[in-house]
Amino acid sequence: MKYHTPSTFEDASALAASAPGVTRFLAGGTDVLVQLRAEIVTPDDLIDIKHIPGVKEIARTKDGGWRIGVAVSGAELGAHAELVSEWPGVVEGMELVGSTQVQGRATLVGNLCNGSPAADSVPGLVAAGATVTITGPGGTRELAVEEVPAGPGKTSLAKGEVISAVHLPPRGDNAGDAYLRFIPRTEMDIAVVGAAVSLRLDGDTVTEARVALGAVAPTVVLVSDAAAALIGSSLDDAALDALAAAATAACNPIDDKRGTVEFRTEVAGVLVKRAARIAYARAKGEK
Amino acid sequence: MTKVHVTTTVNGEEVEFLADPRETLLDCLRDKLDMTGAKEGCGTGDCGACSVTVDGTLVCSCLVLGVEAQGKKVETVEGIADGEELHPLQRKFIEHAALQCGICTPGFLVAAKNLLEKNPDPTETEIRYWLAGNLCRCTGYDKIIRAVQDAAAEMRGAA
Ligand SMILES: Cc1cc2nc3c(=O)[nH]c(=O)nc-3n(C[C@H](O)[C@H](O)[C@H](O)COP(=O)(O)OP(=O)(O)OC[C@H]3O[C@@H](n4cnc5c(N)ncnc54)[C@H](O)[C@@H]3O)c2cc1C
Ligand code: FES
Ligand code: FES
Repeated sequence: MKYHTPSTFEDASALAASAPGVTRFLAGGTDVLVQLRAEIVTPDDLIDIKHIPGVKEIARTKDGGWRIGVAVSGAELGAHAELVSEWPGVVEGMELVGSTQVQGRATLVGNLCNGSPAADSVPGLVAAGATVTITGPGGTRELAVEEVPAGPGKTSLAKGEVISAVHLPPRGDNAGDAYLRFIPRTEMDIAVVGAAVSLRLDGDTVTEARVALGAVAPTVVLVSDAAAALIGSSLDDAALDALAAAATAACNPIDDKRGTVEFRTEVAGVLVKRAARIAYARAKGEK
Repeated sequence: MTKVHVTTTVNGEEVEFLADPRETLLDCLRDKLDMTGAKEGCGTGDCGACSVTVDGTLVCSCLVLGVEAQGKKVETVEGIADGEELHPLQRKFIEHAALQCGICTPGFLVAAKNLLEKNPDPTETEIRYWLAGNLCRCTGYDKIIRAVQDAAAEMRGAA
């Protein structure tokens, strides 16, 4: 295995594009090293992106959104008070990843590109309408986060492409988001179901919404029918029931020791309602 | 396999070693620097026995490559005592019988020290969540939590 420390994303991309064998990027390494040591994936070339200037920065963008560097750890995200107050759902998803030790290293982009359907930070990013900048051999492009996962362990990135930043849109007024997951214990487990909701209000009425589910399909999914069930409502019982029905209908989960198909589907409906209530309360300014 | 020359600082002392890029920081500490305080319980980030800090951040050294330590400041359990004088956390672990077999103890000490540096007066819940990535199969945790609380109280009193 060759270990590389490029100082630009263009160099990282060029290294990956010309590498003949198995290539991995190294962000926090909390997936890469586990797979390396278990001999699931032994990269021929390992490209550490943490030496590229700016990868540890969280910056306000001109439009009022955020640009998050690809090596920002979960702990660093959670320590950024302004970001937490604007996008609590995005941050709480990332903060659920692993222990204190894992939080010191794990990144949003690593969580996204590892391609787990149960990745805890991804539903929140999708609900938020987050995008990524991708640097490739032909230049850069922008992609919505929901377009990145392509199946368990797979992404839509082409050979030589590396994510160079994460972008959150401007939060704006009267808006809130939330992420909840179900696990059989309170810490250190893989989501059986994850649900994220982001919405905006005009008075009591939901005017915009995005709903994403994790661990109930081969990838994290954006469920537009679930969002449609919320828009125009004041989160009354009928709207919440319609939301749960739409979320349940979007489920195509696996059966495993963590949960059966029936259980995951049922829990998706329950969690999405709870997440919607929290996002709604946050949009109203309640803590 | 070409080895990489790594220069890093461990517990305030500059050290160097040659690492195969696949070797973890844990392997390098234990096998090249003879610092066997950090333990390997799982090798997959689950147990925390290998906890160290890198530039002040608590990490599992089994999930950090040795080559990543280049130019960093690493702190291990070996750096906690001041010569022969034990750190309050170490004394309190002994007083409260917060260890039996002891394999988890270096990780708990490093993690607890890092917590108290950030938060000198944590609640019991904060301590339990902070240490959730440190597993102990012997003590049942309560004695560890009491030891950390007692050490924190003593350290606040001393300050
Ligand atoms: C003990 C433990 C507990 C965990 N608990 C959870 C949990 O509760 N929830 C959860 O979702 N995950 C969990 N994980 C998995 C892991 O911590 C997360 O997926 C983490 O966010 C991965 O981020 P990383 O920076 O460590 O990624 P890395 O391991 O560095 O990389 C992961 C993948 O992303 C790719 N990659 C990294 N950066 C880029 C980039 N810039 N461009 C393109 N590709 C890139 C790499 O090639 C690799 O395939 C846990 C892991 C451990 C060890
Ligand atoms: S040995 Fe590193 S966490 Fe268990
Ligand atoms: S004392 Fe034996 S594992 Fe903790």
